[in-house]
Order: sequence, then C-alpha cells, then structure tokens
Amino acid sequence: RDFNERCAQCSEVNWGLTDGGRFYCRSCHNVTERTREVVNTDFITNSRVQTISKGLRKQENNDGGCEWYICEGFQLVLKKQAEALEALGVCPQMKDEILCNFWRCYLQKSKQAYCKRPAGETVKALSTCESSTDVDSDPERPSLLHLLSLSESEGDLQTDCSFASSVSKVSESTSVYSGSVDGSLYLMKNQKEQLRMTMPMTLSFCYMALLWLREPITLSELLRFVVEGHIPYLNVFQHFPEKMKLCGLDLRIFCVESWPVYEEVFNKMHELAAFLDLPRFPDITESCFLHPDMLCMKYLMEANLPDELHNWTCRVVKKIGIGEVDFLTLMPGNKSTRKVKYDVLAAAVIVVVLKLLFLLDDHYEWLLSEFAEERNKNNTEGGPYFEFKKWYEVVKQSLDVEQKKLDEERAKYLWRCEKPLFYSVKNKSKVLKRRQMVVNLQNQFGKLSGSVQRAEKPNPSSFQLRWSEENTNGSCFHGHSLKGVLQEKCGLLTAMNPDYWLCTVKLCNEKLCGHLAHYREVEFPQSYHFVLGLFSFLLRIQPSYIHDEVCMVEHKLFNKKLYKKLKYNTVLRK
Amino acid sequence: SSHEYKLNFRKSKEACLSYIQDALLQKQWKRAAEFLTCYVESLEKDYSREHVGPSEMIWRIGTEILWHHSQSSMKDFNCFMEQMKTLGVKRYLKVCLEHVFHLLCNGQIDEAYQNLSLAESWRFGEQTAIQDKEMKLIEAYRGLLDYYSWSKQKNVLLEHSEDGFSDLAVEREMHSYFRKAAVNLKEIIKIPGVWDVFVKCYVDLLEFYGDHNEARQVLNEYAYNSKFPANPNAHVYLYQFLKRQGESKKSLISALKILHDIVPSHELMIDFNTMLQKSKKRKKRRLGLEVIFAVLDYAGWKENAKAWSCLARQVKKIVTSEKHLDWIKQEWNSRKDWWPAFHFSRYLAKRNWQENRSLSYEKALVAGILLGKDCKYFKYVSHQGCKAQLKRFRMLKKFVNRHNPVYLRISG
Repeated sequence: RDFNERCAQCSEVNWGLTDGGRFYCRSCHNVTERTREVVNTDFITNSRVQTISKGLRKQENNDGGCEWYICEGFQLVLKKQAEALEALGVCPQMKDEILCNFWRCYLQKSKQAYCKRPAGETVKALSTCESSTDVDSDPERPSLLHLLSLSESEGDLQTDCSFASSVSKVSESTSVYSGSVDGSLYLMKNQKEQLRMTMPMTLSFCYMALLWLREPITLSELLRFVVEGHIPYLNVFQHFPEKMKLCGLDLRIFCVESWPVYEEVFNKMHELAAFLDLPRFPDITESCFLHPDMLCMKYLMEANLPDELHNWTCRVVKKIGIGEVDFLTLMPGNKSTRKVKYDVLAAAVIVVVLKLLFLLDDHYEWLLSEFAEERNKNNTEGGPYFEFKKWYEVVKQSLDVEQKKLDEERAKYLWRCEKPLFYSVKNKSKVLKRRQMVVNLQNQFGKLSGSVQRAEKPNPSSFQLRWSEENTNGSCFHGHSLKGVLQEKCGLLTAMNPDYWLCTVKLCNEKLCGHLAHYREVEFPQSYHFVLGLFSFLLRIQPSYIHDEVCMVEHKLFNKKLYKKLKYNTVLRK
Repeated sequence: SSHEYKLNFRKSKEACLSYIQDALLQKQWKRAAEFLTCYVESLEKDYSREHVGPSEMIWRIGTEILWHHSQSSMKDFNCFMEQMKTLGVKRYLKVCLEHVFHLLCNGQIDEAYQNLSLAESWRFGEQTAIQDKEMKLIEAYRGLLDYYSWSKQKNVLLEHSEDGFSDLAVEREMHSYFRKAAVNLKEIIKIPGVWDVFVKCYVDLLEFYGDHNEARQVLNEYAYNSKFPANPNAHVYLYQFLKRQGESKKSLISALKILHDIVPSHELMIDFNTMLQKSKKRKKRRLGLEVIFAVLDYAGWKENAKAWSCLARQVKKIVTSEKHLDWIKQEWNSRKDWWPAFHFSRYLAKRNWQENRSLSYEKALVAGILLGKDCKYFKYVSHQGCKAQLKRFRMLKKFVNRHNPVYLRISG
C-alpha cells in the first residue's frame, strides 16, 4: 500500500489492513487508528497559479477546487446577507446599489481591486453581485459615482494587473496553508492601515448600508436577527460554491465562534465610513424610524408603558436637542461629534423620563403606585391610573420567562454545520470521523429528548414583547393614564415628583477609559436596575451600555444646573 | 477583544453543561438528553489543554442518561459504549471496565466476560503500558468471573456427589476455572489497594484446595502490610479464617487487636471482649474492659443486651474480687460526664424495663456499681424488678447494696 510511516512499536514498515479498514503492522500486530482514507487523498495545494493574463481565471484543480481570493469570499458573504435583509423587507436598492458600491469602494481603498497595483491579488469583476453599471445618478452620492467611472475607465480588470509575483510567494510556502490563494497574506496584513476585513465587519457594512437608506432596522435589531439566524453569519461559508474550498487559514478568517457585540460592529462601522471617505449620510429627520421620537414610541409600546409617556420623551428630546437633523445624521470622519446610537439613545431617554416622573429610588415610585392603586379601587370610571407596582409585576413576569428562554437557547446553540472544516489535509479524515460521530450521538440523544422538537426558527419580528389591550386581565398598560403622577402648575403639566438623582455627577473621559460612567448594580436602586435590565434584554446589550447613555442624556438635560452650583449634591430640585 | 460577556462557543457550551448538570441532579433524563444533543459538537473543537475534555464529559453524562432513561435499551447502551471506546484511546480500558460493570449490574454475566476477554487482548503501543493499572483490574475481574463459574461448577459437583454421581467433566471444568481465577486474583492482590472481594474469593479457592499456608500468607499480607490502606475487613477476614482453622485464642486475639483500634464499635468486639475476659493474662483482661466500654460508647450498641451483659459480667467479677478497681475508675473517668445521660436516664430506665428486661437487668447492675444504689436507673429498675418478684432482681439489689462503697471509691 501507499502507507509509508514507521510502526510506532517496532519501527518497521510492513502494513496490512484489518477488516475494519485499519492499518496493522504485520511485524508486531500493532493496530493503528489510521484508516485507508488518509492515504488516498492526494491533495494538491492551490499552488498552481496561472497568471490572469492567460485568462484562466477559475482553474480547476484535481479535487474540483478552484482558486479564490479572500475578498471574493467576503463578497459572497455580503451578498447572502443582503439577500436575507431583502427577504426581511429591506428595499432591493440596498443590495443592488448601496452595499455593492460601499464594497467596491472598500476594495479600492484597501487596494484589493480597482486600482493600478493591487497588493498581491485581484478580484474578478463582481459577477456574483447583480449590480449593473448604470448606477442611479443620485446627486447625493457624487463621490461613489465618480469612483466607479474612474475604475471602469482604467481598462479591463481582468487583464490589467500583474500579480503573479506576489501570489507565487503564497503558494510556495507549505506552512501557510489555505484553500484560498491569499489566506496567509491576508492575515499578515496590518490591520490598522488598511482596515482588514473580518466577519464582524460584514455586519458593519450591512448596518452602514441600512443607515444610508434609513431603513427601519436598528443595529440592535440587526444583531438580534443575526443571532436568531435570519441573517447569515455563523457558518455562512457553507453557501460558498463547491469549488471554493475552505481550509487552513481560511478558517481563521471565515469561521466565527462568537456572536459580534454591538460596540464592535458600531465602532467598526464608523471607522469604515471614515476610511471610505463617505460624505454626509442622508438626513435623519423627524419622520425617520431612527429618530428618537419614533424609536421611543416603539420602545414604550414594547415596554408596556403608557402612551402618554411619549409626550414626555418628546419634550426631553426637544429640550436637549437630540432630535436635530445635524445631531442625528452621520458625518463620517467628524471626530468632534459623538456617534449616535439611535436605539440606545431612545432607551436612555425613556429611562430618564421614568426617573423624572417616578424618581426610581426604591421608595417614591411605590408610594405613587399606592396612591394610584387607591384611586383605581375607588374610582373605576375614566380609565385606570398607571400603577408602577402592577406594571412591574406584569413586565417582570414576562421578562423572566423570556430571559429564561433566551438563556436556554444560548446554551443550546449549535455552532458547527455539515460542511467539514479542517486545517490541513492531514487531519481531514480525523475531522470527518469526528463529524460522523457527532452526528450519530446527536441522533441517539436527540431521540431521547422526548417530544421536545427543535422549534422552527420563529419568524423574525420587530417586537419581542407584545401586550394586547384586548386582554381583560389588565396586563396592558398602554392606555393607562399618568394623571396620578402629574400635577398642573401654571397651566403646565409637570411631574409631582420634585426630585431627581443623577447617575453620576461627573462624566468620565470616554477616550481614556472607554465609558462615560461605570455601572455597578449594587450602587443603584433596584427599580433603576430593573428598568435598565428590561431595555438590556430588548436591545441585547449590557445594562452598563444603556447606563452610559442615560448619563449622557442627564448631563445634557441638567447642563446648566450642573455648571452653576451643587458640586456635592447628587439630588437636584427641578 | 475585551468584551468578556461576549457569547462564544466556549461559554455557550459551559452554559449547556450546567443545564445538563441541573437536569441530571433532578433526574430529568429527557431534558439532560436534549442538552447533551447540543453539547456533543464540542468534540469537534480542540480542548486538549483542559483537564476534563468533552469526550470524557460525553462518555460519563451519556452513560448516566442511557442507564436511567426509560426509553433507552441495553442495545442502545452497548452501542454507545462501543462508540465511546473509540473516542479516546487513553481511556479505552477504563471505558471497557465501566461497561463491564454496567453489564454485570444488568445481569449479563456472559457479555461482561466477553468484554473483559476482549479488553485483555487489547494492545496499543505505549498506551498498553500506561494503562497497566486498568489492565490489571480487567484481569482481576475476569478472574472474579472465573471464580463465579468455578463456584457454580463446585455446587453442581456437590449436588452430584450427594446423589452418588461423579462427574469428571464438571470436575475438570471446575479445576480449569480455578486455575484461571487463581492466576488473576493472585496478581491483583499483590498491588496495594482495597480488594475485599478478590481476597475473599481467592482465599475461598485456596481453602477448598487445601492450600492453607498460602491463604494465611495472603490474609496476613492484606491485613498487616503497611503499604495497603487500613481496611477493617482485612482483619475480619483474617480472624474468620483463623477461627475456621481452629487457631489458638492467642492468635485470634492478636488478629482482632487492630480491628479494635480502627473500628471500636465493630460487632466482633463482643467476641473479642469475651476472649479477653477469660484470659489469664492481666493485660488482656484490662484490654477487654477497655474494649467493652468503647463498644458501648456508640449509639448503635445502646440497646444491645449482649454487650451490656459482657460489661456487667466483667464489672461484677472485678468488684467481687475487689482487685483492679482502678481499672474501672480509669475507664469511668472519661465517661462519667456523659454516660449517665446517655445510658442511665430515668426515661431510659422506664423504656428498657418495658421493652427488654434482660437489658435493663444488665444495665442496672452496671449503673448500680458505677453510679451507686441511689442512681435513678438502678433505683427504678430494681424497684420494678422486686415488685415483679423476680429473683434475680432481688439478688441484684443485694449485690449492689453490699458493694456500694465501691462506687464511692470509683467516683471519688
């Protein structure tokens, strides 16, 4: 046979095959774990590089593979993600124009394509992307159009560049093994200089495109859809065509083993926007979904809070100027303005309003609730007054149930997929064997799991918690009145609560420690923690993240008072 | 990234494991299976640096689930075990052994034997040497099963011989099992460890074939070799053997000495005390008193009339001879603070009298001597006894009254 290794026990090379297909040493009868498959794979690395000038683009290898470049892979990923978003209702423009153009721009800026001398590789003209050359002549985007026309005039992409020299460097070294042509080169690139593409960054691209189009999906929603499986991310490489073989270093690039985090995607997006030299994004106006007034309405509904609170959120938004177009619209590269997290901001505004009206110091809100309860008992006409206690109980119950479900789901994630991944041809058979065993075990224990079927992916929905006014048990608070906590003063409706406590007297320097404030649960009232927890669940982000934003809003709101007096008091009178 | 709360593969699987653990502890086998199904893909990830890897987790958890789950059959179980054997060569013999245990628990002796034989013939480079201990165990258990077969054949032979038959074939088989068993059992008991069942079986074999010397040597090694962990049973086996052999009281006593040290409340302590009491040597009689007092320190012996009668007899002898009262004083010294409430309360007096007259008699004697005729226990019981006109209780009263000054000397 072809197996030429020395026997571990007697160092002879005298192999036979057992019935089980295993090699055994004829001299000492030592049975090995090696099976026949190992020997037969005569895998040739992608070292046969044909220069583009010969026009042989997708060279077929012995095993049916072809040459492919990392950025092609990412392009496919983006395409899949865009298609998924389209299926969710995003306008087709996103995929066909916006995302496409962003991607091309990125390729050009990072010198991976569309330029005279790319750093080692080139990309086949975006045949996988269905864009046409006639881009909307939208006056709002002159620079992109310009870029495109520039690149097209540079001649035929396919024959222009000579990259054979740099590519051959990759192919000769057997230690840097990858299915793609430039896997190792890719990883060696300096991250900061050229903003190397990563899987989390694909979501930054998506978010950027969504923001450009002002689609009604927030970043937290986008990330939630990713985790719920509606947008390809984990194991998206299974959709690569058969010919694009993935192995070795490609795995480090395309295989993710963690869910991306809001901050990561958010920050990257801004870096990207600046890197691409994008102009000012389309305006976020009052009619936009992303405007705090709109988002507040949505979150108030989802949090089962009275609609009347919306007046208050609008007032706060107006007072601190966060509803202004210039504040909300993204201006890439402008380092002086704070980057706006629309969803977190809206949540923070609601929290501040709750603090304004209910104080949330673990005393006052319960007191107010008692008054409301008394009133509701004795006076059943004219609609119920909002009772904090009841709301708390109802929402907590639902939240606990949903949180428990979420925790279980997190523990039950299946990270692997059918497409086998192996670092090198040597462990291919081992990987396949393992996969087979995993599948067997899954079948065996799956049968014993009882009648619990793995539920089909639930349909994606914007609302995670739903409250219906039709429920007669009074568990929906949308229509409840805030009269119990308000009073009239000089013709204006103000809160009965005269006090307010600041989350922090002084904001941290975000550039130094990364946060505006540092949230520790024990230092704050339970009610506050509960409210943060509620939005933390809805947005799938850490409570401290929302807390930061709350601090920011508060400081804007009480700006004057903070500067004038009361350096030591943390309780202010309004 | 510095985001520690990021959900990644590792954390997800850790969480999964904790759900499995909860389910197992609550015997929710279906739920455990559900989560295990999600956990198994850990096999595809490299955990070589961890102390307990996923393959071991899956083996152990899967075994528990399959063993207890109502819908799991022995066939499923065996199939699973076979898979687990291929999963980790470093664990191969261990898995085999545990599989065998399960088969034995399920009464599948033949299958267990087959598995053991198969495991014995396993060779895998240097792993064979590394897993030497497990191999010895496997051989030992096969030896045990051989013993079991020998035992069956022996019974058949005995039956036949009773009926007047002589069966050469059975006899031959029996001897062959003996040889196989003896070889393996002998090997394992050489290694320091707790091998009660192997030792018992081996000694049984040796005795049957008349090799008493070897048996004695084995038992001595097992009991006295300091390399072996302290094991009360070792001394019990030795004692029982010596008794069977009709050895002298001296050697019987010496066999029980260490047992008294390790397990003062052992049931053989009664025999021990009985032998010691009768000894001519003063030291031995002293030890006897110590032994019986120690036995009654334990709650399990409180109501044991025999133990009390031993103590009573010895105390009576000492008091009557008026020699060695200091022995009683010494033993009583550390007990006088708590034995009265422990053994001689008025409540116990009533209860003992109602439930067990002999017990109350013996105890009353001891109480009367140790605590004097005015103690609650003695007063109550002797009064009841005299009321019931039982002769021995009258004798008892007389005895204690006569020797009351003794109490004063003991307690003083």
